Parts: sequence; structure tokens; C-alpha cells
Amino acid sequence: MLNISLWGKTFKNPVVAASGTFGFSREYNEIYDVSILGGIVTKGLTLNKREGNEGIRCFETSSGMLNSVGLQNPGIDYFIENELPFMKTLNTIIIANLGGGSIEEYVQGAEKLDKSDVDIIELNISCPNVKEGGVNFGIKSNIAREVVKEVRRVVKKPLVVKLSPDAEDIVDMAVTCVEEGADGVSLVNTFKAMAIDIYKKRPVFKNVFAGLSGPAIKPIALRMVYEVSKAVNVPIMGIGGIKDYKDAIEFIMAGASLVQVGTANFINPFACRDIINGIENFLKEEGINSINEIIGVI
Amino acid sequence: MQYSSLKVLENREVAKNIFKLKLEGKYNVKPGQFFMLRSWEDEPTLSRPFSIYDKGENYISFLYEVKGKGTEKLAKLKCQDTVKVLGPLGNGMDISRIKGKVALVGGGIGIAPLFYFAKKIEAHVDIYFGFRDEVYGIENLKCKNLYISTESGKVGYKGYITDIFNPFDYNLVITCGPLAMMKKVKDVCKKTATPLYLLMESKMACGIGACLVCTCKTKDGMKRVCKDGPVFKGEEVVFDA
Repeated sequence: MLNISLWGKTFKNPVVAASGTFGFSREYNEIYDVSILGGIVTKGLTLNKREGNEGIRCFETSSGMLNSVGLQNPGIDYFIENELPFMKTLNTIIIANLGGGSIEEYVQGAEKLDKSDVDIIELNISCPNVKEGGVNFGIKSNIAREVVKEVRRVVKKPLVVKLSPDAEDIVDMAVTCVEEGADGVSLVNTFKAMAIDIYKKRPVFKNVFAGLSGPAIKPIALRMVYEVSKAVNVPIMGIGGIKDYKDAIEFIMAGASLVQVGTANFINPFACRDIINGIENFLKEEGINSINEIIGVI
Repeated sequence: MQYSSLKVLENREVAKNIFKLKLEGKYNVKPGQFFMLRSWEDEPTLSRPFSIYDKGENYISFLYEVKGKGTEKLAKLKCQDTVKVLGPLGNGMDISRIKGKVALVGGGIGIAPLFYFAKKIEAHVDIYFGFRDEVYGIENLKCKNLYISTESGKVGYKGYITDIFNPFDYNLVITCGPLAMMKKVKDVCKKTATPLYLLMESKMACGIGACLVCTCKTKDGMKRVCKDGPVFKGEEVVFDA
């Protein structure tokens, strides 16, 4: 009933843990068996280890939160050697999130991940918290085009591009990625945002800007998924403030084949599990035989 | 680690804006470990981390200061209400091998976890607690000697607790409180080469080590307060100047 086949893989359900909120899944696996998930996206990985940003990394906002982690990760080699073997013992689809600061870094990282046991690569061109060289690859379609083209050249595995809601034109961005060979798109990443400490008269974050996630962004993310789904014919992973099964079904009806759950894991550590169960109950109650029947019905 | 709904046994204001929350539940907890608490549905978004203050056969308790949206909601809890609790979390400290004389140095609400350290450490414990004005959280506190300071001079020494604390006599120091205080304690312990443990605080999201928003700078890189800590060795932590 919940099975979905995409990119030659079978997801047991459409619920995927979003990058950066689930580590390499060991921690949540101590709370419940994360093999029940449709898939898990790793913490954003870069070619070399990164320490991430200094100072405050988290600031709560109404119905959401800002984060400025800055791609702290142990590097792709370490991941392949020390984290991936554990993740492969889980009975779920493993998606590696690939970040980078330059096209060369993306390509070298992609080559390594393509040779590894990950099932899918999610190309992250949209992290708002890293500003190396001043280029954000996720804003202008022509810049994104170069990254996707070069990475596609070296990746044989399914390649999904994770889009930024800050893209100048999210639909054009998605179309461009697909033109360059993306097998799917996931959207949206966090919104570039900020907060000010009015007593210290300075921004809360050292980087000034941070990424907004959580229920606050859901209606906008939903609109973007809907618009993109009308323009591309590849599978979409819907992301943005999904906190319960109703939100997940909205994204699926808007055109997402899979949904990613991020900040909701912090609101309720069982969020992914509860959403899976909620979707199943909904389908039963509504007399729908398969999740596939409602993908993109709007 | 469990995620459970626990019943409120007591939620009492013990000093201005300082509450003691007692929840019904059986746990094995090490001193320095903490729990993520949530007594609301959607708002605020994140749960709140609190160190274990005390534990009995059938309860765990926390001492908290009302500071923002989360603690304001907690302060309204009544007996029989329920709180969602994830924990115990963090490394905590293995205190079974502690010998000799131990000093616990706390400032403000940072005294909360030290209460449980004092209860569990078998060796000689002296306590140095500093407050702004009102003194709280020392009822039934187990120790040999108790030194109190208040900035207002209301109780004990008038000034900062670091003014009267000397690590020279001690085999081990454990501290928790404002960063400026812990930094000072670290400096004096370095001079006397006294082993020190720091209990770090941070805003947290997941509380279990997955999201990396609560990191603290150490000489081995950024570490997670919630998973690699909250208890860190004194020499490990790097304080920004």
C-alpha cells in the first residue's frame, strides 16, 4: 500500500529522514528501529572534513528554527569507512547528501560516493550556511547548471538535486537541473533568514544569516513543490516543515513521490514513524489502495 | 534512553522565578546527564534540555529558571499534568572512582546538576555556590562544607564565588554556571594543576547527537554538548577570548 518504486529502487513507504536532522541515523536508531523508514538522507557530506561554524548555531523562531551548522561533517572517506557500513545494515534506502564549495570539490566527492554502497546521491546546491568564494550554487540557474552537468558526468547512481527556496526562479531551477540530467529534485532546503539580538545590537549568528526550517515554511514549500511538479517529469522529494501525516499527504498530493521529514524529528523523536502510520491509516480510511494513486492528484 | 509521558508530582516555585519540578518515573541516571522536556504541543518548536537535579526510587526532579517561552509553560504545570520526557541523555560522569576531596563550584541555576553530584559522590565534597541575590536549591544538599556567595550580599560572602574559591586543597573540581565563571574556575585550576570537569550548556534541538547545533569548541574540534558532553574535561574546552 505504501510501496513506491523509483529509480529502480523500492521505497517501503514515502517517508525519508531529511539531511542534517538525522545524523548518520545511529542516534535515532537508539530510540526506535529506523529500518521502518522509506529512506534516510545522511548529514551533508563534503570531500574533506569540516568543523562547521563557530558561535551559536541554533535559534528558535515562531513555528520554526534557524540553524547555522555550516556543514560540519567528518568527510566522505570517513563516512564511507565508518558510517556507511552501519547504515547499510539498516533495511532502508540510503541517500548521501553531497555538499561542496567549488565544482571540483563537488565532482571529487561525487566520484567517491558513486563508487560507494549508497543507493542515491542528493546533490546539495542549496546550503545557506556555507559561503566559500561567495558563490551560492542554488540561486542562479546558470550556475547550478554547471555543477549539475559536471557531477552528472561522474555519477552513475540516481542523482537528485536538492533545491534552495531562495532560487531566483524555483521552476526554472528545477527544469535546468533536469535538463542537465538530474533523475529527481528534492525541495526545499532551508530559507536564508536572520535574527537580531536587540540588546547586543548585532545579528544572533556570526554568519549573519542562517537557515529557517520547521512548520513556518510549510505553505511556501508546498506551493513550490506544486509549481515544480507541473513543470518537470522526474520524481520529487517534498521537504519543508512537514510535521504530521496530513502535511505529508498535502505534499504528495501536490506532486511529491516522497517526503522528507526534518525539524519535526526535534519536535517529536518519533515523527517519522508516526507519519508513516498516519499515512497508512489515512489511505485505509479513505479507501485508497496505494499511495501511488494520490501522488500529484492536485 | 526512553521517550515517555511522565506525571507531575510537584512543581513549586522555590525562589523568585526558580522552580523545582518533580516527575514520576524510574530511571538510572548518572550525574551530569539531562532530559529533553516538553509540556506543550506545537509551540515552542523545540523541547528544552534540563540536567538531572535529584532522583529517587520513583521520581526524577529538575531545578529550572523561568527565562523564556518553554520555561514559562513548564512553570504553569500542575500536579497530575503530564510532561513528555526524552532521556536520560548525554555522557554524565562516572563518579564511582572519585577519591579524595572534591569541590563543586556552581553559579546561579548552574547549581542544579551539582546537587545530584553532591548526593552521589561518596568522597569528601565541599560546595561553593554563588547567586545573584536569593539563595535556592540547597535544601537537603549533601556536603562537608558549604560556601555561599551573593552579589547583593544578602547571604554569605558578598561578591563572586570565584573570589573565595581556591582549588589548591582539592583532588578534583566540577563546575557549572555562567561561562565567565567557568572560565575563571578553569584558569585557577590550571594554576594549581587541579583536575577539572566542566558542565557545558547550549541551546539544543534534537538532544541526542544528530543535528549538531549544540556544539562546543574543544581542542579536538567542535564537539556535541548533548552527546559528547555535557561533561567535558577542563583542558578540553576552548573558551573564546
